[in-house]
Amino acid sequence: MGELKVIGGGGEVAVTTRLSDLLQWARKWSLFQYPFVTACCGMEFMATAAPRYDIARFGAEAPRFSPRQSDVLWVVGTISQRQGPAVRRIWEQMADPKWVIAFGTCASCGGFYDNYTTIPGVDKVIPVDVYIPGCPPRPEAVLDALMLLQEKIQANDRRPVVVPPRQILHNAPGRTRGESS
Amino acid sequence: MSQAVVDRLTAELGDRILETSDAFGEHEVRVAVKDWVDVAQFLKDDEELQMDHFIDLTAIDHPERESARFDVTLMARSSANGHRIRMRTHVDDGQEPGTLSRIWEGANWAEREVWDMFGIKFKDHPDLRRILLYEEFVGHPLRKDYPIDKAQPLVPYREVTDIGKLPPFGIEEGQPFARIDWEARLAGGDNQVSPAIGVQQGQRRTLSDSEAAQQIQARIDARLAKEAEEGAAAESADAAEQGSGD
Ligand code: SF4
Repeated sequence: MGELKVIGGGGEVAVTTRLSDLLQWARKWSLFQYPFVTACCGMEFMATAAPRYDIARFGAEAPRFSPRQSDVLWVVGTISQRQGPAVRRIWEQMADPKWVIAFGTCASCGGFYDNYTTIPGVDKVIPVDVYIPGCPPRPEAVLDALMLLQEKIQANDRRPVVVPPRQILHNAPGRTRGESS
Repeated sequence: MSQAVVDRLTAELGDRILETSDAFGEHEVRVAVKDWVDVAQFLKDDEELQMDHFIDLTAIDHPERESARFDVTLMARSSANGHRIRMRTHVDDGQEPGTLSRIWEGANWAEREVWDMFGIKFKDHPDLRRILLYEEFVGHPLRKDYPIDKAQPLVPYREVTDIGKLPPFGIEEGQPFARIDWEARLAGGDNQVSPAIGVQQGQRRTLSDSEAAQQIQARIDARLAKEAEEGAAAESADAAEQGSGD
């Protein structure tokens, strides 16, 4: 939460920070989401929202099916040319500050669809903050994206980013099973 | 499928059945466009046939044919007898077969789809609008001369800054085999990313006999001929060198 300053001591302590930092901190832990789900990636979105991966841990469990009440637009799946005006309009109806996550390869760049009917990446229609590669991405990658977005919100950084691949830890527990060490 | 349906049709309708075929037990009859609706009606109404189940109606584009560019096919089934039949007709660009939507209600949307994708109109159709694409769309995308990478966005595309997406994604996104820069390739540039894509390119060239494809083919042939000539010249030069070396 930005820079914290502790004043006083003993029984009475006050902590100060900047108002903007406090606001961003509040925002990043209460992301109301608008799921714009169109295709197979939706399955993985459901998996992420379900208890095993539990997106609620990041304060982003509340879906709002009105764009006016939501902070982050999840574009999940293939966006056809015909849906372009709809997704653009939903984004326009959202109140600032708002963020957009492109979930999966299709939403990020059109994926393997390159034809008369598919928009090659929803960023051709609305600005995107975080891109999640994968067809479909695993829930871990989705949570990575959410944490990345939280970092960006705290830092007030609106540059678009792609979720990096996770590092495989070769000595992680479970990876060495069966090997003599 | 059923031979019985073909036999019945040829017996009852005679020379209105232009052609019959049997591929691995899939029976098919071909009729003229003017008989399209009548034969379909017969399939439905005939006491023996009772083809009451409309399965699908679709079209195939054959740009290589001299005339009657499209095939329109109907798949029908009889729920009483279990018979199936495929009926086909050859349709010229602009020619209008009659609608089957008065015989089988389900043909309504199938015919709209054929109109949307191929631009074949059906006479007396109650509501012939596009069904999958939008009204603003120009052309019919399943015609083989529709450019494979031509999109018609409803919302103008934003300028997107390069954020370091890895190839083949980036500013020019999509499948690379569908984004072949023929001009660059013919000028000697190589933007081919895998051998499998070469196969795709071959397929794309033979898929269409449109004028553009023919021109591209001619240029490729010319380039190959030139390369062969140069190769031959280089070989004879080599031979001459070796000869003088002796
Ligand atoms: S990225 Fe893959 S899984 Fe996701 S919508 Fe596209 S095709 Fe489906």
